[in-house]
Amino acid sequence: MQIFDPTIFPILAADGLTNGAVYALLALALVLVFAVTRVIFIPQGEFVVFGTLTLATLQLGRTPGTLWLVLALLGIAALMEAFSLARNGQARRGLVTVGVAALLGVGTWAVTDWLAPLKAPLWVQVILTLGLVAPLGPLLYRVVYQPLQNATVLVLLIASVALHLVLTGLALVFFGPEGSRTPAFFEGNLTLGQVTLSWQSLLVIVASAALMLGLYLFFERTMPGKALRATAVNRLGARLVGISPSSAGMLTFTLAALIGALGGVLIGPSVAVTYDSGFLIGLKGFVGAIIGGLVSYPLAAAGAILVGLIESFASFSLSAWKEVIVFTLILPVLLWRSLTTRHIPEDEE
Amino acid sequence: MTSNLLEVRDLHTRYGRVEALSGVSLEVPAGHIVSVIGANGAGKTTLMNSVMGILPSTGELIYEGQPLRGIPLETRVARGISLVPERRDLFASMSVADNLTLGAYSRRQQKWRGDLDHVYERFSRLLERRKQLAGTLSGGEQQMLAIGRALMGKPRLLLLDEPSLGLAPLIVRDILRIVKQLQAEGVTVLLVEQNARASLAISDSGYVLETGEVKLSGPARELAQNPELTASYLGG
Amino acid sequence: MIPSQTVPKSSFRLGLSVAAVLIALSLPLLLPLFQVTLLTNILIFSIVVTGLVLLTGILGLTSFGQAAFMGVGAYTTAVLTAQMGWNPWLSLPVSLLVTGLIAWFLGLLTLRMQGHYLPLATIAWGISLFYVFGNTPALGGFTGLTDIPPISVFGLELTSPRNFAYLALICLGLVALGAQFLLSSRTGRAMRALRGGPLVAEAFGVSAFGLRVQVFILAALMAALAGWLYAHSQRFVNPTPFGLQAGIEYLFMAVVGGSQHVWGGVMGAGLITQIREQLRDILPGLLGQQGNFEVIVFGALVILVLQFARQGLWPLLERLLPQEGIRILPQREKLSQRARPAPGTPLLSVQHAVKQFGGLRAVGDVSFDLQAGEILGLIGPNGAGKSTMFNLITGVNPATSGQISFMGQDISRRSAGQIHRLGLSRTFQHVHLLPDLTLLENTMMGGYARGRAGIVRSLLHLERGEEAALQHEALRQLERVGLGAQAFTLAGNLALGQQRVLEIARALVADPTLLLLDEPAAGLRYGEKAELVALLRKLREEGITILLVEHDMDLVMGLVDRLVVMNYGEKLAEGSPQQVRDNADVREAYLGVDMEEEGAA
Repeated sequence: MQIFDPTIFPILAADGLTNGAVYALLALALVLVFAVTRVIFIPQGEFVVFGTLTLATLQLGRTPGTLWLVLALLGIAALMEAFSLARNGQARRGLVTVGVAALLGVGTWAVTDWLAPLKAPLWVQVILTLGLVAPLGPLLYRVVYQPLQNATVLVLLIASVALHLVLTGLALVFFGPEGSRTPAFFEGNLTLGQVTLSWQSLLVIVASAALMLGLYLFFERTMPGKALRATAVNRLGARLVGISPSSAGMLTFTLAALIGALGGVLIGPSVAVTYDSGFLIGLKGFVGAIIGGLVSYPLAAAGAILVGLIESFASFSLSAWKEVIVFTLILPVLLWRSLTTRHIPEDEE
Repeated sequence: MTSNLLEVRDLHTRYGRVEALSGVSLEVPAGHIVSVIGANGAGKTTLMNSVMGILPSTGELIYEGQPLRGIPLETRVARGISLVPERRDLFASMSVADNLTLGAYSRRQQKWRGDLDHVYERFSRLLERRKQLAGTLSGGEQQMLAIGRALMGKPRLLLLDEPSLGLAPLIVRDILRIVKQLQAEGVTVLLVEQNARASLAISDSGYVLETGEVKLSGPARELAQNPELTASYLGG
Repeated sequence: MIPSQTVPKSSFRLGLSVAAVLIALSLPLLLPLFQVTLLTNILIFSIVVTGLVLLTGILGLTSFGQAAFMGVGAYTTAVLTAQMGWNPWLSLPVSLLVTGLIAWFLGLLTLRMQGHYLPLATIAWGISLFYVFGNTPALGGFTGLTDIPPISVFGLELTSPRNFAYLALICLGLVALGAQFLLSSRTGRAMRALRGGPLVAEAFGVSAFGLRVQVFILAALMAALAGWLYAHSQRFVNPTPFGLQAGIEYLFMAVVGGSQHVWGGVMGAGLITQIREQLRDILPGLLGQQGNFEVIVFGALVILVLQFARQGLWPLLERLLPQEGIRILPQREKLSQRARPAPGTPLLSVQHAVKQFGGLRAVGDVSFDLQAGEILGLIGPNGAGKSTMFNLITGVNPATSGQISFMGQDISRRSAGQIHRLGLSRTFQHVHLLPDLTLLENTMMGGYARGRAGIVRSLLHLERGEEAALQHEALRQLERVGLGAQAFTLAGNLALGQQRVLEIARALVADPTLLLLDEPAAGLRYGEKAELVALLRKLREEGITILLVEHDMDLVMGLVDRLVVMNYGEKLAEGSPQQVRDNADVREAYLGVDMEEEGAA
């Protein structure tokens, strides 16, 4: 087999590992979102796309369309919130909400409009990108999912698919049909004996690992992190200690969007991302998440890295069929998962 | 004269088109233990869930002189109402310590560490098992953990839904003794039980619920002697 | 015997249907040519969506993969007709066969999946099949296959869109009629019952997995038929209309129109297709660039429909129409009846039953017997293991050890359906009815195991004789329990007490030897309890053996012949009501420990 050629194998492995690290981040976000909100979050990959393409637009010194999406969602979310407050007889708090949202909106617009044409240093642009993409998470949760809080998993899944189409369509409007790459954070390669690894790949792997460690500490050590775990384990129990499902949902979606945007920034230099890449990127995270049964974080991460490796080797030897291979792989995994998931009879004492 | 911590007036709760509570009224005076007893399907759990705000209901719920209408469950917790539900609803895959810590979630300050020690003092078994996962505890320990978690929220009104469910008599006795202690420490308790004799023994007053309505009520001691109560349980 | 005035009149509905058919028939002649092509597409898409209505709306299995099945049908006929010169009418059965086989295989692989795993699997094969179409040189790769011949009918080549529209219209008409027939049949009721989970359906003898596979294949065949039509109407095929995005759009059509109604699906197909056409003209102008921007609007539309009208738009429209009536068919055949065992013969025997859940012993070594003709009460405090015992007997959960036999056969390892067919019928502690169906239809569900008609006979309405027999049996049982006058009201309109009685009627339609009742008196008012007791006494006199799990001592004591008392998963006592009442352990278990002896606090 050619792929075991000592000059090719390490390159493919490094490639697979780099992409796998990003898929693993997405897989973690997907598991988190599903566990806390029961939403199968198909649009996770769109956050990646918005991350890369927002950064690419800033590189050109233009204002990214992401800003308009944030502002529109902020407006809708504020009106929805105000309306539900008013219905509960708290019209004044509703007005305050609208006012605060307006101030936030103007602030975001002013900062973006000022920074975008300056072609600021890369790290400033990265922070601005994260600052624009991360709020999409909680805003989309408020506008799309919170009104569906009591719906079944299947209804939420259909809503996710619908949202995925909306975001893909908007990405085409904002960023156009051409793919973009962002500049590498570091140039050059690291050579260890036979293996050559670019500094950029190393950065992706290290940053992903650091983020995973950060998430681990957040969930194990902090009250908000524990609250999210508690909501995932037992919704009613969580509400009984005062954790509201909506605030847990918002926090979860913020994390998901942040992880997605970071993934986009990390992957940007090595992959040409187009407006519609999100679905396939997200689905690869999904294969990992499903290997973890949508419950286990370590299994999900391991599964996603495996997907990255398989994809890398498949694209070398059977490039036209690589998607078929990756997605056919999901079927036996799904079957195994659904057979090992025990369902408890509903009628009990 | 004691004032009422909680007053329920003409409470109606429906599941779809079926009415589970039809006009329940009761009073929980501050500092008292009040029992609600009744058979399966009488509406006891529905009553607790309506007071807590888990189920939507019509009628009046007045807590500390303020109506609870339109106030979500999470805010009721922050205002000092805690429910220990029938199924306990623990965080099964989290440690005992984490379960207790989360009990203090609604109290933004950090002062809960002292309360944690206090819960461990009260339930020494929980201290021994603080690193164990909640789902691996025995039934009695889980009930203690559920009560301990509720106490971490420093409730003024504690709602206990069938704490004796599925527990051996000795453990039931322990748990009811703790409820009595809590009263001495100033917590008001609304207790739902099937175990009529035991719960009335520690209560100040009681209500008997049947098919969503209050059938009997009165001071606990009188109610325990009431022949109608025995009749409705043993058909004799 | 049948209260005929309660059968709702449906002549207005019939009038509307005739008008709709006439309008549909005249549309291909009246519309401009461009609109006729659009109409043909809508008709073809409606066929796919009708399959989805059965699969997703009725059975509750969400599929994003229907476009892929349509593609298999289209590509099969394309290869056979364009490359091998077959007549399209000969390639149709082959298209159906190939798609059916693929669906059968995928169904066996994926339909055991629970809940959300199935839709994810459909996404996976939707993508995979798309790439297979696109990457196979024999199928023309991403450019596709051209020169597909037209269909000809009696020598007339359907090359004009107007002619072809009639073929599509006839196909949709037949498919929709079949779907409606199916829904009003024994199989249709089983599909609806299965939607909420397998518990009820299996308790009445439905093989959940088998039925899922059948409906899955049926929906795939409808998609294949649509694919065949599509290939011969477009005269070329490429992978795009069969990709995942198309599969998503079919599901959207069902959701927007109303996934639980055949006409909802048709309406959704029409709406979405029309909107897409309009948006394709407007949006690029508005946004100043090219692209398929209509998906933004579709997505937003679906989210809004889910938030504000989760049942879709059709139910909003249907509310304006008069209620659809149920026709009571004249009875021609009789259902077979079971021989009743002589009173006193042993019927059910539980020997050393143990049920272990992980570390928890829910039932520990319980034994008891039940003779034909008696009412046995199984009582005990909450958490005593009564319901677990109930699940062991009915086959919902298998016992960890021990033996349970019924009618002389070991049923410890049998499924719920197999046990039901031996003559055991049950009710549920939490009422499990279909609130949007009439009492009659709910009751008929209980006779599933007495019917025979499968999915094919149901589709063609060849099972009317059997259906009539079931209707009359259900009416008889409703009469027997005292709900005869309400046979045509919706089950959801009943009070809880009546719903429990309705569950008993449903169980009786199965002609059971043994009736298992799970807390039938929970939540009943005093008067309702007295009626329930009277009903159960009457049933005993008519030769039905009853096992009653109950918490209400009052009710049990006056009714049963014998009692078994459980506590902490074990048998605490057994005997006549008087013996049990005098038992000190039982009093302790029910009224609980006495705190005062110890001096509380």
